[in-house]
Amino acid sequence: MAGQLAAVLGTGQTRHTSRRLDVSMAGLCREAIDRAMADAGTEWADIDAVVLGKAPDLFEGVMMPELMLADAIGATGKPLLRVHTAGSVGGSTAVVAASLVQAGVHRRVLAVAFEKQSESNAMWALSIAPPFTMPVGAGAGGYFAPHVRSYIRRSGAPEHVGAMVAVKDRRNGARNAYAHLRQPDITLESVQASTMLWDPIRYDETCPSSDGACAVVIGDEAAAESVDRPAWILATTMRTEPTTFAGRDQVNPRAGRDAAAALWADAGISDPMAEVDVAEIYVPFSWFEPMWLENLGFAAEGDGWRVTEAGDTAMDGRLPVNPSGGVLCSNPIGASGLLRFAEAAMQVMGRAGDHQVDGARTALGHAYGGGSQFFAMWVVGATKPGAKP
Amino acid sequence: MNTDIAVVGFAQAPQVHRTSGTTNGVEMLVPVFQELFATTGLSRREIGFWCSGSSDYLAGRAFSFVSAVDAIGAFPPIIESHVESDGAWALYEAWVKIRTGEVDTALVYGFGKSSAGELRRVLALQLDPYAVAPLWPDSVSIAALQARVGLDRGLWSEKEMAEVAARSRADGAANPHAQLGGAVDVAALLEEPYLADPLRAHDCAPVTDGAAAVVLAAGDRARELCERPAWISGIEHRVDSPVLGARDLGRSTSAAAAAAAAGIDGVTVAELHAPFTSQELLLRRELGLSDAVRINPSGGPLCGNPMFATGLTRIGEAAARVMDGTAERVLAHATVGPALQQNLVCVMEGRS
Amino acid sequence: MAPLSAPLEVGFDYTRSLGPVLGRFMTGLRDRRIEGVRGSDGRVHVPPVEYDPATAQPLSEFVAVADEGTVESWSWMPAPLEGQPLAHPFAWALVRLDGADTAMLHAVDAGSPDRMRTGMQVRVRWTPEPVGSIRDIACFEPLEGPAPPRPDPSGGEPVTMVTTPVHLHYEHSASEEESRYLRGLAEGRLLGQRCPECGKVYIPPRGACPTDGVPTSEEVELPDRGIVTTFCIVNVPFLGQRIQPPYVAAYVLLDGADIAFLHLVLGCAADEVRMGMRVEAVWKPREEWGTTVANIDHFRPTGEPDAPFESFAEHL
Repeated sequence: MAGQLAAVLGTGQTRHTSRRLDVSMAGLCREAIDRAMADAGTEWADIDAVVLGKAPDLFEGVMMPELMLADAIGATGKPLLRVHTAGSVGGSTAVVAASLVQAGVHRRVLAVAFEKQSESNAMWALSIAPPFTMPVGAGAGGYFAPHVRSYIRRSGAPEHVGAMVAVKDRRNGARNAYAHLRQPDITLESVQASTMLWDPIRYDETCPSSDGACAVVIGDEAAAESVDRPAWILATTMRTEPTTFAGRDQVNPRAGRDAAAALWADAGISDPMAEVDVAEIYVPFSWFEPMWLENLGFAAEGDGWRVTEAGDTAMDGRLPVNPSGGVLCSNPIGASGLLRFAEAAMQVMGRAGDHQVDGARTALGHAYGGGSQFFAMWVVGATKPGAKP
Repeated sequence: MNTDIAVVGFAQAPQVHRTSGTTNGVEMLVPVFQELFATTGLSRREIGFWCSGSSDYLAGRAFSFVSAVDAIGAFPPIIESHVESDGAWALYEAWVKIRTGEVDTALVYGFGKSSAGELRRVLALQLDPYAVAPLWPDSVSIAALQARVGLDRGLWSEKEMAEVAARSRADGAANPHAQLGGAVDVAALLEEPYLADPLRAHDCAPVTDGAAAVVLAAGDRARELCERPAWISGIEHRVDSPVLGARDLGRSTSAAAAAAAAGIDGVTVAELHAPFTSQELLLRRELGLSDAVRINPSGGPLCGNPMFATGLTRIGEAAARVMDGTAERVLAHATVGPALQQNLVCVMEGRS
Repeated sequence: MAPLSAPLEVGFDYTRSLGPVLGRFMTGLRDRRIEGVRGSDGRVHVPPVEYDPATAQPLSEFVAVADEGTVESWSWMPAPLEGQPLAHPFAWALVRLDGADTAMLHAVDAGSPDRMRTGMQVRVRWTPEPVGSIRDIACFEPLEGPAPPRPDPSGGEPVTMVTTPVHLHYEHSASEEESRYLRGLAEGRLLGQRCPECGKVYIPPRGACPTDGVPTSEEVELPDRGIVTTFCIVNVPFLGQRIQPPYVAAYVLLDGADIAFLHLVLGCAADEVRMGMRVEAVWKPREEWGTTVANIDHFRPTGEPDAPFESFAEHL
């Protein structure tokens, strides 16, 4: 890993729900921030800089909302950076915050990401059809469903795999007090009986629309050594490719494969399936679990669904994926990536509560955005790099 | 870690009132990138990190920055990030990335087609969305309130404001990229009607479409790519409270703090991102720039204000003075937000 | 020929939840009283702020202030813009209400800039039908003569939400390359372009080939038939939707093109659409044609044999 050591000192998040009508945008962010600061044992005076991430400004109808939030997020008088890399933005926010520490610029940085989808309507904001175009778009589900169909065709995956992921994630979410959807009684049959929204994607295989926020405090080596069980950042990575081009592989995009390869190399991991204990992967539609297992190198191309079908991604499997319930349970879009990164940190810090994976020491946080074209990832570990395990 | 980082290249699109191009900036960016590759000798495959600044609200749709990536030719995939802010903050992110040691070059760009929407109204959406933005206070009116504070307090006069405009226009005439330029008479300017009392048209930056790009490189790589790199000796940014009534609008605390942290002593040229004449006068006081410091030799934002590239253009223009050997130590400033809310200061110098 | 452009309207009525501090302020406005909040340094902020500008601490000590105050700065708006408080010329002002330490931004209905000066006294003009919004203050007016009778407070449940319409108007432009394609469509032709570096044929053509960063150039006319690479069936209605669901949104790869585009497939049951199915364009009547791909009403099956999977596998 490049630069100086950095670690997650603390994390915080809101209870995610479809409409947080009791708070303003500032209050929403602050709920996550206050929890992260308490978890990190940090005071405002300790924070050197703030990085804010969120998805398109049109979602809340505020241009560059970090400006109007400056007091609430404790940025006034400090450096404040705003990141926007589409759906991967929460992950990019953490990567940028980490780099501020790794570069030796700051000792402690607060990263916060939020989305208050109830202020407007994401389907509307994502489906504004500019003139001259054909208005066939239907939000994110309409965008990704054809690629899910391609995956099923290419891999020969049986139809129930998507439903299996939904059941697993929703049941996991039932163990997470912050999750938006908590469905301990969901079954394969109930998922398969749910409405087909964007064929081949069913209602129960899609993420909800959530209000929520997430925050993490990232510190340097000295700061990390002053807290109990930090999550050491072993590697971070970001990759981008264009939305469309002739011959683009939309099912298994090269940007994701390249990002994963770089990530594992930087983290010193040669066999991710054997060496990673838990993964928080950005799965807004259930079929993306097997797709990303392949893209990330946990399974060979075409075999991701076999890993899922074998139960290897369940809480008690070889690689628990999304013990928090993941994006399928909570999707405050701008924060969803940071939630993956924070949940990975919580696992190796031993602070994941009822969805803790026993003995988790190495964890992946993953986010993607745009047309599966922006990727951000990190690997965190319980052991300080260079130290004897 | 890389601690020695320099600007080694700068290019910009013509600053024009209205391009016929798209809001995703591709038409403006393609030739700008080509020019940078030609002057630095780099190919796009050699760029370690890409970072951009732009705004969805300038374009009028979500994810407008995504298509700009086409201008790069981003396959095989690239390491890339984006700030929803002026490209100057993208440059800051790139500077941090190079410092980590992960990469040793970066290409930073900013673009905006301000003419696509109604810029004055669009910028009202940067204000508090509960108690201020619903009144749709436009950006020129907010700047006018700030200008009045300084006039009332005797910090500047309308004549001094007009002198800033006249100096800028004269310098703009020598800048082939500038939208405005030419000789104007201060007394005649003061006879013009108010656009938003106390601001006249000449006090306000024009509405401009444009784009800019800067190449950063570290250490020996910078020396290979450029005969006289503009080494960044300090780059800092700070933000003020969004509450206009809680701020002293005659001051810019965040600009002063950023300058103090960056260390601006000895600069002889300053490119200031002041879209209003009064803001230039405020910034000169706040940064403590003496009359000997040459302000905005490019003509500055008053001669061309490509939103989301204007601040990055200041860094490029200031760096160009070092790269061409006409200055030793220069300052660039960038701002975003109502009434200079957020400010960045970048100090660059030549080294033998 | 100049590239094509057309208006793009972006409008939404945002629904904002207020939280305790702003909710109390808006409830007060609805009831025609103004409350600020005391900051960590003792200053009274009006409008109230949720978090202290100096210390970031949450604030909760409310202080009632007057609806009269002093202009601390002002500017003149000779030609009001859409959405602003008054339709005739007015002043923007920072007004510090009596009892407050910070100024609020609002309009002053002064008639003429000659009547405005820093330090002048103004008072609130309340809107006749307050709802719990900053616009319940219609504007301020110079403090001259007796105060008008204060309308009765309306009362009611606490205000927790405000609705904020955001309506913006843009002129959207197509690129030069896309404009050639759109003008071709107006003549019933499908004009792609080849990238000079990679040789791939793009339709629509591009201002920059996404893999090479150079504009596509050599024009290639394509037939109005090809195959479905992949698709989804949209069963879900949503705000702003212009096609009645259910419909098949399919990637159509025209013969001779190297990239598929999204369009509608009709002419068979949705569940009969297949990957690799051969389709052809069904054009709208010529008199309805414009510079848009919507001239093609939809694609329909040709009945030819499906293309083998291998022939389009690299387009997925």
